[in-house]
Amino acid sequence: MTKALRDAWADTLIELAADNPDLLVLDGDLGTSTRAERFARAHPDRFLQMGIAEQGMVGTAVGLASMGFVPWLSSFVVFFTHRAVDQVRMSVAQTHANVKIGAAYAGLQTGFTGKTHLDVQDLAIMRAMPGMTVLAPGDATECAAMVRWATATPGPVFLRLGREGGPDLFDASYRFEPGRVIRLRDGADVLLVGTGQQTARCLEAATLLAADGLGAGVVHVPSIKPVDAGAIAAAARDVRLVVTAEEHSVLGGLGSLVAEIVTAHVPRRVERIGIEDTWGESAPGTWLLDRHGLTPERIAERVRRALDAEG
Amino acid sequence: MEARPPGDHADLEALARRGRLLVIESVARAGAGHIGGPLSAMDLLIALFFRVLRIRPDEPGWPERDRFVLSKGHSAIGLYAAMALRGYFPVEELATFDAAGSRLQGHPDMTRLPGLDASTGSLGQGLSVGLGMAMGARRRGLDNHTWVLLGDGEMQEGQVWEAIPVAAKYGLGNLTAIVDRNGMQQYGWPLRLDERHRGDRRDPFGDTAVREAFEAFGWRVLEIDGHEFGAIIAACEDARAAGTGVVPTVILAETVKGRGLSFTEGAFEWHSRVATADEVEAARAELGEEPA
Repeated sequence: MTKALRDAWADTLIELAADNPDLLVLDGDLGTSTRAERFARAHPDRFLQMGIAEQGMVGTAVGLASMGFVPWLSSFVVFFTHRAVDQVRMSVAQTHANVKIGAAYAGLQTGFTGKTHLDVQDLAIMRAMPGMTVLAPGDATECAAMVRWATATPGPVFLRLGREGGPDLFDASYRFEPGRVIRLRDGADVLLVGTGQQTARCLEAATLLAADGLGAGVVHVPSIKPVDAGAIAAAARDVRLVVTAEEHSVLGGLGSLVAEIVTAHVPRRVERIGIEDTWGESAPGTWLLDRHGLTPERIAERVRRALDAEG
Repeated sequence: MEARPPGDHADLEALARRGRLLVIESVARAGAGHIGGPLSAMDLLIALFFRVLRIRPDEPGWPERDRFVLSKGHSAIGLYAAMALRGYFPVEELATFDAAGSRLQGHPDMTRLPGLDASTGSLGQGLSVGLGMAMGARRRGLDNHTWVLLGDGEMQEGQVWEAIPVAAKYGLGNLTAIVDRNGMQQYGWPLRLDERHRGDRRDPFGDTAVREAFEAFGWRVLEIDGHEFGAIIAACEDARAAGTGVVPTVILAETVKGRGLSFTEGAFEWHSRVATADEVEAARAELGEEPA
C-alpha cells in the first residue's frame, strides 16, 4: 500500500522548499485535510493561510506568481473547479500564470463528504481550459514526480490528489513526462485505460480477465492534458474493444478523451466506465466504487458483457 | 517639463480632456465599448500614470516598478488612452481597439499588451491579484507600491470582500485600493420617487457606510474628489508614504459617471453606449479640439 497522494504531495513540497526559496503554499483553510499543515510546520515562513476564501486565494496566487514566486494551492478539488473556476479561468489559465493547483479530495474516496463535495466533473472542466496542464497521479511515486516537475516548469498545473492510499504502480526509477501514456500490461482482446488511482483497479481487472482466458492490456494516462494521442490510438488499434475507467463522470473526462482520439484515428468501440450523469453521495469509498462499476470485479464483468455483445 | 506653481495641474487637465476624447472616438470607431466608467476614472488614470506610478514606459517589465491593476476591466479603453498618452504605445494604435488581432482587447489582456500587470474584466478579481503582488513585493524586499483601481459597482462582487480582510491581516501597507465611486453601474436599481442620487439610477453603495466598512476590516480610508488632481495626487502620496506600514489604504474617490461631457454625465445609458457621429462632433467641441 502506497502512502496517500495528499501525503506524497505535502512531503515532496517540504523537500523542494528546502532548496527553492520561491516555493510557497497557500491554504484555503483545509490544511489539516490536504496535509498542507505538514508543510506549515516544516516551513512556517512559506505557508500563507488565506482563510475560507478560495476565489481570493487563487487571485493572490496569481499576484505572487507575477512576482516570481511558485505558489501551490491547497483546497478541495471542488472549490477550484466550481467555486473559484472563474478565477482559475481568467486570472490563472488565460494569463498562463505559474500557479499550481493541489486539488485534494479528488475522485470518489473523499471520506464521507457527500454530493456537495464529491467533484465528478473536474477533469472535464480543467481539460477544456486552454493552456492548463491536467495531471492525475496513479500512486505516491508518480505524485511526487509530478510535484517536482510542476514546481520546476512554468505555467499553470492542476494536480488531482486522492485522499486515500492505494497499490504502488511505480518504483523509484519513475520519471514523469507530460503527455506520456504508460503501458502497464499487454493483452490482445481488450484495452483497459485508466487514470489516477483507478489504473491500479484496471490492472486487477486484467488479472481477473486473464483467469478467464481473456487478454486485457492496461494503459495508464496520468497526463490528461497534454496527452500523447498517438500512443492511445496505437494501443487501441491492437484490440477489439477499448474500456475506460475513471473516478469521474463519463461526460468529459478520460472516457471522452479516449473516445475523441479513438473515433478520430482508429474506430473501435469504446466503453466508458465512470459516474453516469449523476451526483455523488456519502458512503464508504469502496461502496461508491462498486456502485459506479469501478471495482476490478465490476470492470471485468463489464468487459465480459461487452465482448459477448461484440460476438 | 517646465516648472509650474504648486496646485497648477493644467497639463493634467489637458491630458484628461484628450484622454476622454480618445475614449469617445475609439469606442465610436470600434462600434462597441464603455464610456461612463472610463470617463469617471480618467482623472484618476491620468494622475496615476503622469504623477503617481513609478514606471518606465520604455521598459514596461522593469522589476521594481509599481504594479497597477485596473480591476474594473471594462474601463480598458480609458486605461489604454492613459497608457498611450504616457508613451507605452503610439496614440494611433488606439484605432485598433477591439479589432481582430489588436493588443487593445475589449478587456485588458496582459498576454498581448506589455505594461499590463494583470488581465481583468470578470469583476472582483483585481484586488486579490494586487494583494498577491504586494505580498510578493514585501517578500522580495521591494519598496514599490501596488495600486488597484476598483469600481463601486464592482464591489458587489464577493471576492473583493475576501481580499479586504486578508490584506489587513498580512499588514500590506504597500497596497492601495482606489474606488472610482461614480455612483452608478450598468443598470442597477431605479430611483424611488423621493430619492435623489448623483446619477439617474441608485448609487450602488448609497445606503452603505463604505468608509466604516473598510475601517472595520482594518484599512485606512482617504476620501477625495476624484476629479481634483491636487487631491488625487496628495492622497496617493499619503498612501505611498504608508507603504512601509502595516495598514493598507483605500482612497474613496467621488466621481461622476461619464464625467467631462455634458451629455454623458450621470446618465446610466452611457455605461456602454456608442457615440453617434454627431455626438463625437459634440464631444470634440466640448473637449476643445477642432473638428477633424
